[in-house]
Amino acid sequence: MVTTKHLGVVGWYLSAAAALVVAVLVGAMIGPAGPPAWRVPLALIDHLPLIDIDSGVTDAEWAIIWQIRMPRVVLGGLVGGMLAVAGSSYQGVFRNPLVDPYLLGAASGAGLGATIALTVGRSATESWSFDPVVVVAFIVSVVTVLVTYLVGGAFGGRAQSGATLVLAGVAVVSFTTAIQTFLLQRNVDRVQEVYSWILGRLSTATWDDVTLVLPYVAVSVLVLMLHRRHLDVMRVGDDEAATLGMNVRRTRLIIIVAATLGTAAVVSVSGLIGFVGLIIPHMIRIAAGVGYRRLIPLSMLIGGAFLILADVPGRVLTSPAETPIGVVTAFLGAPFFIVLLRMRRIGP
Amino acid sequence: MSSLELRDVAVSYGRHDALAPFSDLIAPGEWLGLIGPNGAGKSTLLRAIVGLVQRRGEVLIDGGSVEMHSSRRRAALVAYVPQEPILPDDMTAYEYVLLGRTPYIGYFATESKHDRELARDVLDRLDLGGFAGRRLGELSGGERQRIAIARALAQEAPVLLLDEPTSALDIGHQQQALELVERLRHENGLTVVSAMHDLTLAGMYSDRLVLLHGGRIVAAGSAIEVLSADTLREFYGVRVSVHHEDDGTVVVIPRRETLDS
Repeated sequence: MVTTKHLGVVGWYLSAAAALVVAVLVGAMIGPAGPPAWRVPLALIDHLPLIDIDSGVTDAEWAIIWQIRMPRVVLGGLVGGMLAVAGSSYQGVFRNPLVDPYLLGAASGAGLGATIALTVGRSATESWSFDPVVVVAFIVSVVTVLVTYLVGGAFGGRAQSGATLVLAGVAVVSFTTAIQTFLLQRNVDRVQEVYSWILGRLSTATWDDVTLVLPYVAVSVLVLMLHRRHLDVMRVGDDEAATLGMNVRRTRLIIIVAATLGTAAVVSVSGLIGFVGLIIPHMIRIAAGVGYRRLIPLSMLIGGAFLILADVPGRVLTSPAETPIGVVTAFLGAPFFIVLLRMRRIGP
Repeated sequence: MSSLELRDVAVSYGRHDALAPFSDLIAPGEWLGLIGPNGAGKSTLLRAIVGLVQRRGEVLIDGGSVEMHSSRRRAALVAYVPQEPILPDDMTAYEYVLLGRTPYIGYFATESKHDRELARDVLDRLDLGGFAGRRLGELSGGERQRIAIARALAQEAPVLLLDEPTSALDIGHQQQALELVERLRHENGLTVVSAMHDLTLAGMYSDRLVLLHGGRIVAAGSAIEVLSADTLREFYGVRVSVHHEDDGTVVVIPRRETLDS
């Protein structure tokens, strides 16, 4: 029994890693302009250290691969993986399968931040040398979640249940959305811009975006990876986890902070990409039937692969215009998820 | 084997006293049965011992206050099975029992070979070896109850607290579960405190009974002393007949009121 199960787990890791490699290749190969798709893998191999082969890719074509497609692929992988890992972790600490990483206001805060930057902030920052949207989105996102904690009393002395935090999140999200709507109402000429930000995009990704989110994603994923055994213990509920010697409040706080920081960072660069954080963890649970110990790393790999692949149709379907990636994730993911649901039952 | 001493353990919810100061010394290897009507404070006492509700007073194991220990060390001393343990549907029985090893695993560490072997061993000893790979959602009520006890045993704590261990079970599984606890008590020298609804079973398996009512001890002693028709009528508000079998078993039988009047 143990042997087959372990083989199964290794098999899942290998499949997930393979899916990620395939996604990266597909993401690098497909797009308007650029060299013939089949030459792209050769070019990538050619650029590995110590390897020199003739890929037949010109420098201009390589620039399209490396400066336009690859940042997008890498950022997609980071964003998708981060959202799926954060979603898994949130679902774990709140013991609620319907929870997503935007629950405590990370996304609505980022949305508000972007709206501020794109509306009232636009004229004030016009002379700046860099685009403040990402930075403002990140700051407001973190502040919003902080407010949720304070409202929910997470830093107070009394016993903190997950339910209080969730409710605080609902209130804070409504509040930020109200401010955002008000700002949009006052700046109707910016609605298009803000709306396209909210729908999410990887199309403008640069290596700068990647280096901007990478530290946050790395820290967040590292902390969550180190706590995946704790997430499994928490599945038996706060009381029983406490009688097993766990400091439930502290552990929950650490996990929420880590998941939120990573989420805020990726939302700030990519916009609100829905579906991934909610559904990818469930897809893995249903298909592989694993606990958090395996779910967290598999979420990283499969969430990343999923978002990289979901980004591909958006480039070519309505070319030269881009289809927002949030639309694609839901359009592709929802039917697939329904098929999975029919195959097996869903559980937290 | 460890003793469990309770010194004026008391619990208040706001201004309501859920449990008046409760003192007792449960000897190493002893089984104390807590009985009493719903809301008498049985579960509250168990939850207070294990630290799930804010309590006053002191809980001592082998003479040492549990407050002196870290929460992990405490978990290695006292195991607790709630009335309705949460068994995640898609977790396997083996994974669940392995959670019992949590107190022994360092913060960033994972289960050792010893932990995994012990979890398997506990499953085997409870004749649950064949269930190891089964998902908890597929198990019957009786199997789930045994799995929950198995997790508590994997905790290797000398003191075992059971809240209504048989409430969800039919008569056969009730007996099976209690026989299991009894066997483990002898094999492992466990000190057991259990809250129980079934008075006959409580009297049969416990060394000593404490009857709680309104958060207070109203009777304590052997089954013969505590399970009297008068006492039960007074505190449960029921009419019962109490029979004493030759082997010392006290049998409590509820009586239909309509037949009397």
